[in-house]
Amino acid sequence: MFYREAGDFKTSYADDNQTFPIRFDRVRYYVVLAVAFGIIPFIINDYWANAVFVPFLIYAIAAIGLNILTGYCGQVSLGTGGFMAVGAYACYKLMTGFPEISIVLHILGAGFVTAGVGVLFGLPSLRIKGFYLAVATLAAQFFLVWLFNKVPWFYNNSASGQISAPERTVFGVPVTGANTDAWAKYLICLVFVVVLAWLARNLTRGTLGRSWMAIRDMDIAAEIIGVNPLRAKLTAFAISSFFVGIAGALFFSVYLGAVEVGEVFGINKSFLVLFMIILGGLGSIFGSFAGAAFLVLLPVLLKNILVGQLGWATDLAAHIELIIVGGLIMVFLIIEPHGLAQLWRIAKEKLRLWPFPH
Amino acid sequence: MPEQLLFAVEVTLNGLMAGVMYALVALGFVLIFKASGIFNYAQGVMALFAALTLVGLQNGQIPFAHLINAIFGTKLHHFGWHMPAVLAILLAAGVMVILAILVERYLLKHLVNQEPIILFMATIGLAYFMEGIGDLMWGSDIKKMDVGLPQGGSFWIEENTQWLGFGNENFYGFFLDQLDIVATVIAAILVAGLVIFSQYTKQGRAMRAVADDHQAALSVGISLRFIWVLVWSIAGFVALVAGIMWGAKSGVQFSLSLIALKALPVLMLGGFTSIPGAIVGGLIIGVGEKLFEFSIGPLVGGATENWFAYVLALIFLVFRPQGLFGEKIIERV
Repeated sequence: MFYREAGDFKTSYADDNQTFPIRFDRVRYYVVLAVAFGIIPFIINDYWANAVFVPFLIYAIAAIGLNILTGYCGQVSLGTGGFMAVGAYACYKLMTGFPEISIVLHILGAGFVTAGVGVLFGLPSLRIKGFYLAVATLAAQFFLVWLFNKVPWFYNNSASGQISAPERTVFGVPVTGANTDAWAKYLICLVFVVVLAWLARNLTRGTLGRSWMAIRDMDIAAEIIGVNPLRAKLTAFAISSFFVGIAGALFFSVYLGAVEVGEVFGINKSFLVLFMIILGGLGSIFGSFAGAAFLVLLPVLLKNILVGQLGWATDLAAHIELIIVGGLIMVFLIIEPHGLAQLWRIAKEKLRLWPFPH
Repeated sequence: MPEQLLFAVEVTLNGLMAGVMYALVALGFVLIFKASGIFNYAQGVMALFAALTLVGLQNGQIPFAHLINAIFGTKLHHFGWHMPAVLAILLAAGVMVILAILVERYLLKHLVNQEPIILFMATIGLAYFMEGIGDLMWGSDIKKMDVGLPQGGSFWIEENTQWLGFGNENFYGFFLDQLDIVATVIAAILVAGLVIFSQYTKQGRAMRAVADDHQAALSVGISLRFIWVLVWSIAGFVALVAGIMWGAKSGVQFSLSLIALKALPVLMLGGFTSIPGAIVGGLIIGVGEKLFEFSIGPLVGGATENWFAYVLALIFLVFRPQGLFGEKIIERV
C-alpha cells in the first residue's frame, strides 16, 4: 500500500539513480539512522553495548569488507582474521608511536596499512583461482598471526606478549581504555559503520563495483570485454582489507582493549566472518549487516535460553551452538544460497504488490 | 659423517614419516574431489568424529550422555563394558558408512549442479555440525586412543644406525617413533588397496568413470548416488585410519580436526585430482617443514611449522597453478 513507486515521479538522472528509489525505503533508512544516533546512545548500558551493539557494528564492517572481496569480486578469502590482526597491531603501533594525533586518524591509518598488506597477499590471486586462492589466503592467516606473536617490536616488548590500548579521547570524551562509557564506544563504532557502509554501497554501484562483478562472474570473459583483471582484483583486495583493517583496529582498541593475537584473530575469526556473509548474502551490503546481526545475536540468545533459563552447562550450550550454526549454513545453502538478503528482496517484491497481487 | 649432517638426515626421516600422516588426511580429500568435484573441508572433522566414536565405543560410553543428563537430571555415563579394539574399529567404520549415506541423502542430493564454492561452504557447515555432534555425543575432553599400536622410539633402529656416527659420542643412532613407522606401513597398504580397488573391481571402474565425466557415467547406467555414498564411505574409512594414527600420536581432541587445514597445502602441492600427488605432496611438506624448522627456525624464533606449508604451497602455486600432478586447467569462455 505504501511500498510502491507509483506516483513517485523522478525528474532528474540523479533522482533516478538514487540508492533507495522507493520513498518508503528512504524514509525507513532515515528512521533507522535517527534511532541509531538519536535514541540508542541515551538508553544503552554496558551489557547491551559489549554483548550486542559494539560487536555487531564491528563485525558488520568486517563483513562488508569480506563481502567486497568474496561477494562482489569472487575471490574467496580465509585470511580475514589475519588482516584484522594487521589492523589491530597497526592501530596499536600508531597509538603508542604518535599519541598526540587523534585516534580516528590512527584507526584510518591502520586501515591503510592493512590495505597495503592485503594487496601484497592479493598478488597471487592473479595466477591462482577458486579454492587454490582460498587455501593461499590461509598462508596470510597463519603467517601474520605467527609474525605478531614472534616479533617483539609489534607488541612493544611487553612481557605478556599482549597489546593493550591506552586511553585516547575524541572531543574530550574517552573512547578507548578502561574509563570509556558504553555510549562513547557505541557512537564511535556507529560513525565508522555509517561512513564505510555508505562508501561501500556507492563503490559497488559504480565503475569499480561493476568491474569487480564482471571478474566474479567470469574473469576470462571480463578480460576480453576490457576489464583489467590486475586493477580489479588488486583494488578489491585493497579496499576489502581497508575495511577489515578498520574492523580489526576497532575490535582491539574500542571493543576488547587488550588482545592476544592467536586467541582473538585466529582462523576461527576468519570462518566466523565468512559465515556472516554466507548467511547474510554474498554480494549485498544489507546482507553483511543481517549476517553480522544474526551471528552476534545467536550465541547471546542461546546462552540466555540454555544456560540462563534451563540451567545447562556452558560447554553443552557451546556444542549446541556449533550444531545450530553448522546446520543453518547447510540449510541456507540448500534453500536459499543467496542468504538473508535474498529473503529480504523477495519480501520486498511481495510487499510491492500487496494487498492486490495479480 | 659430521654431526650436523647426521641430525639433518634424522630430521628428514622424521619429516618423511610426518608427511605420510599428512598424506593420509589428504587422501580422503582427493577421493571425494575426484568422484564428485566437492572439496570436502569436513575431512579433518570426519577423522576427529571417527576417532571419538572409536574411543567412545571401546570404553562403552553412552552417546549424548551429557545432554540426556542435562534434560532428565539423570547420571548416566558408561554402559560398563570394554569392547575389543577390532570390533570397535569395525563398528566405527559402520558408523562412517551410515554418515556417508546421511550426507548424500540430506546434503549432496540437494546441492547437485551448484557452484563448487557453494559446495565447499556447505562442507564447512558440515564440519561445524559434525564437530558439535561429536562433542555432544562423546564429550569434549581429551581422550586416550588405545588400540594396541606401539608407542615410543624404536631401539632396534637406534642401535643399528649408531655405527653411522663413526665414534662420534654425541650421536646415538637415529631416533624414529615406532608409531610413525607403523603409520607408514599402514598408509602404504591403504594406498595399494585403493589403487587395486579402483583398477580391478567393478565399483572401482564405476568410480573412475564418474570421476571422468558425470553425465557420460549416468548415461551408461552407473548410479551416481551409489557412487557418492561409496566414495564418502571410503573417505570415512580413510578418515578413521587417519583418526586412529593421529589419535594415538597426540590424543583424541579438537585439534585433530585442524590437521585438515594442514592437508590443504599438501593437496595444492600435489594437485587435487591425483592420489600419488597426495602422497608426494605430503612427503614434500613433511620434510620441508621439519628441515626448515631445523635450519631456519632457531634464527626467527621457532614455531615456523604453523605457516611454512602454506607459504611453500603459495609460492609453488604461483609458478604451477595446477600442482605437481594435477590435470592442466583449461578455461574457455
